[in-house]
Amino acid sequence: MRQAVALILVLAVGALLIFTVNAYLLPFGRFPERRIGGFENESVGKRILEDAPITTGSANVVTSVVWDYRGYDTLGESTILFTAVCGVAMLFRVARRRS
Amino acid sequence: MSLNYIIAMLLFTLGIYCLLIKRNIVKMVIGLGVLTNGLHLFLISLGYREGGIAPILAGKMLENGATAEFAAAAVDPIPQALVLTSIVINVCTMALALSLAIYIYRHYGTLNPFKIRRLRG
Amino acid sequence: MAGMTVIVRTIGRLLFPFLFLFGAYIIVHGQLTPGGGFQGGVVLASAVILLLLAYGMEGAQAKVNALQAELADALGGMILVWMGLMGIIVGIAFFQNVLPFGSLGQVLSAGNLPVFNLGVGIKVAASILMVFYAMLRIQGGKEE
Repeated sequence: MRQAVALILVLAVGALLIFTVNAYLLPFGRFPERRIGGFENESVGKRILEDAPITTGSANVVTSVVWDYRGYDTLGESTILFTAVCGVAMLFRVARRRS
Repeated sequence: MSLNYIIAMLLFTLGIYCLLIKRNIVKMVIGLGVLTNGLHLFLISLGYREGGIAPILAGKMLENGATAEFAAAAVDPIPQALVLTSIVINVCTMALALSLAIYIYRHYGTLNPFKIRRLRG
Repeated sequence: MAGMTVIVRTIGRLLFPFLFLFGAYIIVHGQLTPGGGFQGGVVLASAVILLLLAYGMEGAQAKVNALQAELADALGGMILVWMGLMGIIVGIAFFQNVLPFGSLGQVLSAGNLPVFNLGVGIKVAASILMVFYAMLRIQGGKEE
């Protein structure tokens, strides 16, 4: 009984998602156009592509976005990595007997 | 009717199915991984340009610096950077969830999340 | 955890320096080719895990201890934060670029970026190795 309800719910959510993606998003492969009423032609990504090799001096635009335009996010991600590894190492401590 | 979006949403639905119906913690974590992979595919497909090149300056384009034709032919670099961060966070979450699963098995003797509430001690 | 047969051990021992070199290449060329700190760190960790699978726990611990993995993890994080604090000491903002820009397309370019990539590469490699060691109950530190 519970499993039938869950299956119907999952199928409904799946159908809703696939319908929404096909009907309400831009067609696949139109990068700088954004949909705000009409179709605009400016994006943050386009501005970064024009600016990044001069402003940051790196030939790889993705790395310059990760470290120069979004450096705080990467610092927070390093903190998350450190905390998770501390938690895993703490859960597997073997208590040694003092005798 | 593009294939990328449909398959990304299909993966998301399969992940939700695993999380709702399976009765084993390890299988639920696998479903979490499938769900997150579907979302990453969706995010990267949002920034695609028809017939675009990778957003990396190489070869002949290095000689005259940043040109307007590079910015007119490259795909979006922002979703790629965000998905990089998200992949690392996903790895940390799954490592911690699997460690907790091992700990639960050692303590309770079962991996069924519906039976864990009823045991005491 | 026992090791594997002679064939796997020989190939593992021959392949380990090349895997290490490949991981270091991906980290150092982070600003020229696709890759960077995170990807190169995972390749470095997989080199040591190859030794772990081929030789057993003693073979991997002869190369990288559990204690050395913990210290490398902390060292990678410290490199990241100290390079950020150099921005406060020298100039105005926290993550300011203090190293020179160089020319586009050389290895030593893009300011702070190579140092950040190095720090994060060491950190990610040590973190994945620590997760493996913890799940196999290998601990570092003082013996009693």
